[in-house]
Amino acid sequence: MAGVQVANVSRSFGAHKALDDVSIDFPDGGFYALLGPSGSGKTTLLRQIAGFDFPDTGRIAIGGESVERVPVEKRRIGMVFQNYALFPNMSVADNVAFGLSVRGEPKGTIATEVQRALDLVQLGKLGGRRPHQLSGGQRQRVALARAIVTKPRVLLLDEPLGALDKALRVDMQIELKRIQREIGITTIFVTHDQEEALTMSDRIGILRDGRLVQEGPPEEIYDKPQSEFAATFLGDANIFRGDATGNGIRLPDGTTIAAGSGPSLAAGAKASCAVRPERIQISTGAGTSEAGYANTLRGQVSKRIFAGNNSTYFVDRDGQTLKVIVQNTGAERLAEGQEVILRWSPESTVLIAA
Amino acid sequence: MAEQLATGSRRALRPALPLLLPAYLWLTVAIFLPLSAMVFFSFMTDLPLAGKEWAFTLGNYAAFFSQSLYSKLLFASLRLGLEVTLWCVVIGYPAAYVLAKVLKGRSREAIFLLVILPFWSNGLVRIFSWAMVLREGGILDTTLNAVLPSKINIDLMYSYPAVIIGLVHSYVPYMVLTCYLTLQAIDDSLIEAGRSLGASRLQVLKRVIIPLSMPGLIAGAALIFVPVVGSFMEPRILGGRTGTFYGTVIEDQFVAVFNWPLGAALSFILLAVVLVILGLAAPVLRRAG
Repeated sequence: MAGVQVANVSRSFGAHKALDDVSIDFPDGGFYALLGPSGSGKTTLLRQIAGFDFPDTGRIAIGGESVERVPVEKRRIGMVFQNYALFPNMSVADNVAFGLSVRGEPKGTIATEVQRALDLVQLGKLGGRRPHQLSGGQRQRVALARAIVTKPRVLLLDEPLGALDKALRVDMQIELKRIQREIGITTIFVTHDQEEALTMSDRIGILRDGRLVQEGPPEEIYDKPQSEFAATFLGDANIFRGDATGNGIRLPDGTTIAAGSGPSLAAGAKASCAVRPERIQISTGAGTSEAGYANTLRGQVSKRIFAGNNSTYFVDRDGQTLKVIVQNTGAERLAEGQEVILRWSPESTVLIAA
Repeated sequence: MAEQLATGSRRALRPALPLLLPAYLWLTVAIFLPLSAMVFFSFMTDLPLAGKEWAFTLGNYAAFFSQSLYSKLLFASLRLGLEVTLWCVVIGYPAAYVLAKVLKGRSREAIFLLVILPFWSNGLVRIFSWAMVLREGGILDTTLNAVLPSKINIDLMYSYPAVIIGLVHSYVPYMVLTCYLTLQAIDDSLIEAGRSLGASRLQVLKRVIIPLSMPGLIAGAALIFVPVVGSFMEPRILGGRTGTFYGTVIEDQFVAVFNWPLGAALSFILLAVVLVILGLAAPVLRRAG
């Protein structure tokens, strides 16, 4: 096992900068998600770490050893591809055995290791099958077994759950996490699915246009986004734009919003505030608010979407539509068109430099 | 279950018949009837033309077995077929690989055109062009002597290598095309997966790419081997006196000697031998794939 260090890595394809001075420290034994929209460079970064492509500049180290010019077959990595990439001309067992057999391991060792890997992914009895006889989820497991049987230093996953349907994807998320914990392997996971990134990883790196926007534990990024992009890409957020006041912002109409965290900005500088929809309290104004909910806005419900365990209210306020998510606690539901008061605490508000 | 399937397919066949009919009609007229006529001829003592006397005989087939010349020539032709096929694999497979996996976009189209171009030229013209290249004082000879310091004589004309060169040139596009199709269908991620598991490029080629492109290799080999064994044009023009093969003997029977019955009998013996070889080779090759 080993951590991975990416330092100042840049990679261009023609005039297009796919990676622009990206530095990330992937901790040993951690589960790290690279999250970003398509074209953000996350797959390019994974391919640099794998060794399918070399960076123009910068350094990549696995377990402290510089590998940026080492070809993929010498890097001792394990990779799971989006389309699984199982060899169709081989049985499941031969697929898993491939990495050991090209290394020239004795037949007996290979057989034991392959069985152990297949047992780990709960496919112990399907070694004789051909890939085309398996379901999508089973192929996924074979691909995983094949990638880890060689005891790689790093496990790289390229949107491995993208081709699975929703229910199976949730199962596989749990399964993948269990296997990763069990063997304790450093894992780097590329995804564009923010929920997947939040539920599975210890750390998340958000990429956009080839740059690292923000990185850290999921809770930290979710609670303290440092940019509007990070706030809206990972989860939902209401964004207010105005001028910095010292401890918050002043909206164009004069309303002030207090923020509990964020950088200290000079008064008058352009800034925004982000608030998560579930942190906002919505009421008709008749009720009194809890203490500390200092930020208050008036608006009108334009739409309500009922989703069983919660409801989403869209509230129009001064040309802006705000989103509020309310848990279904049995309390009275608000009707569309109703005048409402929105309240939330400064602690739920993050100041973001424009 | 099996019965259900059988009636099901029979029911599906009826509406398909009008669509199949033109093809079968064409096959009947263009292949089955002439072949039947040839089978008929091969059992006759002489052609029933100009009021000549004729009778049924097995003599034409017996001639093959009584004269060792025919079996010797057949063997030489089979060897020629094997050699040309091998050269086509050696030249065509790498070319197909480069086309399918290395080149992209415009350059792929351009090279592809160059590969197919020989198909569009007349076979006879192609062979005579080779004659101009290979003969003494020809293009190859002149060019090499212009480049090399010492004088060498290159006269490949009327030799076995000349026949091989002509045939390989004529048939290598088949190998390139069939292999290209199977290679192109191999997902690049399979190659990457192999390498991520620690396999060198050579190991990936041996254990993943070649097995997966075996159907193309087999199809290409069959497409080349069969016509080359019966070929006569290239051996005759480029081989001269050394170019006597089974195919040229058959051609002689039809064109020069006018012994159609013997020519037909020799043709069917060739057909039978080729079918037996393909039949024996198919399962072996399929297992290798």
